[in-house]
Amino acid sequence: MDTTAFLQNVSNGFLIGGVYALIGIGLTLVFGVMRTINFAHGDFTVLGMYGAVAFNSAIGWDPYAALIVAVPAAFIGGVLIERFVLSRLVEAPPETTLLATLGLSLIIGNCLLLIWGPEPESVNVPYAATTLAVGSVRVSVVLLAAGLMTLAAITALWLFLSRTETGRAVKATASNRLGAELVGIDTRRIHSLVFGLGTSLAVIAGVALIPLLFANPTNLGPIFTLKAFVVTVLGGLGNVWAAIAGGLILGIVEVLGTAYLASEYRDAYGLIVFLAILLLRPEGLFGRTTKRA
Amino acid sequence: MDEPILDVRNVDLGYGALTVVYGASLSVGPGELVGLVGGNGSGKSTILRAVSGMIGQKKGEIRFDGERVADSRPHRMARRGLAHIPMGRQLFGEMTVRDNLLLGATLPEARAKRDQTLAEVEALFPDLARFSEARAAELSGGQQQMVAIARGLMLRPRMLLMDEPSLGLAPIVVKEAMRAIRKVANTGMPILLVEQNVKQVLDIADRAYVLENGRMVLDGTAEDLRGDDRVRRAYLGI
Repeated sequence: MDTTAFLQNVSNGFLIGGVYALIGIGLTLVFGVMRTINFAHGDFTVLGMYGAVAFNSAIGWDPYAALIVAVPAAFIGGVLIERFVLSRLVEAPPETTLLATLGLSLIIGNCLLLIWGPEPESVNVPYAATTLAVGSVRVSVVLLAAGLMTLAAITALWLFLSRTETGRAVKATASNRLGAELVGIDTRRIHSLVFGLGTSLAVIAGVALIPLLFANPTNLGPIFTLKAFVVTVLGGLGNVWAAIAGGLILGIVEVLGTAYLASEYRDAYGLIVFLAILLLRPEGLFGRTTKRA
Repeated sequence: MDEPILDVRNVDLGYGALTVVYGASLSVGPGELVGLVGGNGSGKSTILRAVSGMIGQKKGEIRFDGERVADSRPHRMARRGLAHIPMGRQLFGEMTVRDNLLLGATLPEARAKRDQTLAEVEALFPDLARFSEARAAELSGGQQQMVAIARGLMLRPRMLLMDEPSLGLAPIVVKEAMRAIRKVANTGMPILLVEQNVKQVLDIADRAYVLENGRMVLDGTAEDLRGDDRVRRAYLGI
């Protein structure tokens, strides 16, 4: 086997896996705190892609500059959705919330379809084909940018959760909502905040992906949601670190499968690993059976 | 008599069209340890929910520290200085005991005095320092109950509300938990202790109320109630 090509594939898989991790972290954070699986999560990633396309085509901005507007907008949008849709369903059976997020997914996808039409969209950036040489491996600049954005977003999230009072309140709410409420934490506010963070992370991933992938309005969202789900279940649902590992594994498996087996089954490799994990370690690679106090 | 810190006046309480507590009154004065006892389904938990603001009042009113308790949310009552030690303890299981205690002082006023309060709480319960690095879920039921009380005290509350602290504890551990509660009361902290375990409550409380089928049937000092024939027959098995 050609070592350089192998390293090339692993590095690509690692960088694309980082973006999968970023999508997965948003999903797992929302699940960990709110016990809600957001089936519209991938659609927010697609919204991020279209946001970047819009800024690029309408104003001529570099697609990455779209982050300046897209991230705050995604945060506010997420907070509003939590406040006006999900928070009203707290008392309802879990499938109600699930259906609400599924409905949200359909609404987002079809609004995009209405605005942009069914043709795939992308952006042309002058540096799309530029690569950097790292030893014998060539790293694409857009992949590297995606990796760096992921790293920055994950670091910021980690600092927020571990170093701020609000971050600790988020962890307390995830651990025991009633307990958190009784020490004086407004857990409704925490839920809104967390959903806003989840949608922001999804949108960042979308902006990171647009120079690499074509955006399309309705099909891509559910694929991203599925990948996020695979990523989080690989690691263990509700655990941010495990989602990072899960994302990297998924990225590498996909790229290696595409390179050495058959390229048309790219999306299937992740699912095969997913099924294997469910059969062999249903709690996830790094999961523990949780015990609650 | 001093103004009571908690004053429940003639309240009807319930859920929707259903009323489960009728015309109940009770008060807790400064520094008092007051028991609210009764069997399963007597309405104790409903009164407690109303006091902590989780449900509103159909009739009558509840005043905490001179102000009305309206249909509110638990975190607002924490802000007003009511530390509710819930049934089942509701600790942050995968966090350390120390982190549980520090989270007890989340609110700004409590946070400002966090280190001082922690020292006070650890002086009151010296065992806490011994397992401060253990994860809360790994502790025994009795130890967890102590952490739950300590976490409530970290709020620097004006009053403690305790919901069935003996639940799920072995009899010998119940005695220990009750001694701990008395110890907290001896610092001058007013406490409303809601319990099924009548004997244990009457051993440590200053006064107590007996609730049956949603109505207050008896109240008095713990000493009087211990000697009361009805209480002896119905609850103490004598």
